[in-house]
Amino acid sequence: MEVGSLEVEKHVKFIITLEKNKDNFDSLAMEHLRLSGAYWGLTTLDILHNLGTVDHDEVISWIMECWHECGGFGGNIGHDPHILYTLSAVQVLALLDKIEILDIDKISSYIASLQKEDGSFSGDIWGEIDTRFSYCAICCLSILRSLDKINVEKAVSYIVSCKNMDGGFGCTPGAESHAGQIFCCIAALAITGSLTHVDKDLLGWWLCERQVDSGGLNGRPEKLPDVCYSWWVLSSLIIIDRVHWIDKNKLANFILNCQDKENGGISDRPDDAVDVFHTYFGVAGLSLLEYPGLKAIDPAYALPVDVVNRLFFKTA
Amino acid sequence: MPRTAKGVRVPIRQRPEWADVVPVPQEDGPDPVVEIAYRDEFREAMDYFRAMYISDERSQRALDLTSEVIEMNPGNYTVWHFRRLVLEDINIDLWGELQFVDSLAKINSKNYQIWHHRRWVAEKLGPEVTPIELYFTRMIFSRDAKNYHAWSHRQWVLRVFGGWEQELDYCKELLEDDVFNNSAWNQRYFTITNSPHLGGLQAMRNSETDYTIATILSNPVNESPWRYLRGLYKDNTNLLITGDVVPELCFKVLNTHPKCVHALSFFLDLLCYGLQPSPELRTIIESMRSPEQEPSNLSLAGVVCFILVKMDPMRANYWVWRRSKLPTHIG
Repeated sequence: MEVGSLEVEKHVKFIITLEKNKDNFDSLAMEHLRLSGAYWGLTTLDILHNLGTVDHDEVISWIMECWHECGGFGGNIGHDPHILYTLSAVQVLALLDKIEILDIDKISSYIASLQKEDGSFSGDIWGEIDTRFSYCAICCLSILRSLDKINVEKAVSYIVSCKNMDGGFGCTPGAESHAGQIFCCIAALAITGSLTHVDKDLLGWWLCERQVDSGGLNGRPEKLPDVCYSWWVLSSLIIIDRVHWIDKNKLANFILNCQDKENGGISDRPDDAVDVFHTYFGVAGLSLLEYPGLKAIDPAYALPVDVVNRLFFKTA
Repeated sequence: MPRTAKGVRVPIRQRPEWADVVPVPQEDGPDPVVEIAYRDEFREAMDYFRAMYISDERSQRALDLTSEVIEMNPGNYTVWHFRRLVLEDINIDLWGELQFVDSLAKINSKNYQIWHHRRWVAEKLGPEVTPIELYFTRMIFSRDAKNYHAWSHRQWVLRVFGGWEQELDYCKELLEDDVFNNSAWNQRYFTITNSPHLGGLQAMRNSETDYTIATILSNPVNESPWRYLRGLYKDNTNLLITGDVVPELCFKVLNTHPKCVHALSFFLDLLCYGLQPSPELRTIIESMRSPEQEPSNLSLAGVVCFILVKMDPMRANYWVWRRSKLPTHIG
């Protein structure tokens, strides 16, 4: 099959014209997570060297309208604060080099207030616990350089309590290993310098068994491959330094085969409908695979490497 | 939801009980990177929802409105949030709430908010809810036996309220339906290591080994039971090589399925643990090798790695690495 190359211009156009494609883009259910949508879209544009095509000031002022006095961000204006969108907001502001406009004290206090006695994090005031939220908390506080606001040791030990006998991690202790949860746990452990708790060889083997004959990756045994796992599996493999255990060319071809070559965008599997979520994961996955011409992305912070460098190495 | 005689949904603005409410439209901001296309009905319902939310009206009509909005878009967590505030305030029968979630979860079984809400309701109702929750998750599994949210919910119920008595049988039942169901294998491991009735991993090890071996023999090309078997011995890998059953399993499988990567990989682990393989196992490996392509002086484990490089080319680097890491005492 003719695979071809990444349709950079078409993907850029797809993202910046999402607004005009109302009939094609079923976003009825997207209103409440628009902030995450902004993160996916803008990060993709940045990896494609096209972040300049959107008006940064407009994005920033809209994001700040999603902020609540309690310190958290909602997924859109008028929506309740949640840790998922708080991370998205902080990530987008890092991308746009505007972290300094944030009330770091309030945001970090909000996140700290979501930590439970056992070290876990809930997503909002209603108390749903999930290792996804541990990642959100740790990644966000690290970007804000405020990890001292939480009990990192307990946060790490909760994540470690979710480790399974196959080397993977689930959403809570005993829950099945799942590539998305593994990314959250491994990235959080990486950010806190706690990768010694990971059995890298055992986990690496589980992760590389996720590659199926088509070259794509699945998220659990016997499940279908999906472009989003190009991110979850690949970033985890890179963090634990085992990415050479899979066939990277086959994976790159799988992702390229999921492009809509006419109108731009990437789908979960070849010939399915495209969306901004899978477009981000496909482009980010190709960046991790060092596809030519793309900005490198950091596997733990899920932000371009130059953005992460700017955050941590910028002279005051 | 009110409907006309012809069954058409009555727009909220035409319903008398809403006449006093001024709907509040969404501010989409100037530059929607992610665009929002509303269906008219949904837009209207959300506009009324915003009015309720802003005035913080905790009433039956507010509750009904959240039902209507949730049915149109169950992903909106702010609507769920407000619904819980209303439920807490108007003192309604929460058993009815469980039914509301039932109907939604059947259609949207992968929605985070629905499962979170269900747990919130179950927590309020207490241990009495156990059989209902176990039955409810069973029903979800009858349609999607790997539903991650439902498994997480079921594990929570078992941990908090109990109800372990039938769990191992249930796992068996699910694996009879689909022996490739990794979620059921995970639940089986969760059960033998957490159920207060089974005595823990060590007490279960022998019977679980028998079960797993029988399952593998009926279908050897299945990642999950091989991992499960490793899990049974994770605290004492020495037991794997002191008994005969596991080396024999490798022999039996390789005898009938010489291309089974799982069996070869397990055999490689056994060699690394110090297994002295039987002459039969040596003969089988001998028959699979292609000496003319191999480097000279390979140990048996080295030969196995070499075979795996050929047999599993996508992960060739992993097998090359395994070969480079072989303990010297077996090399």
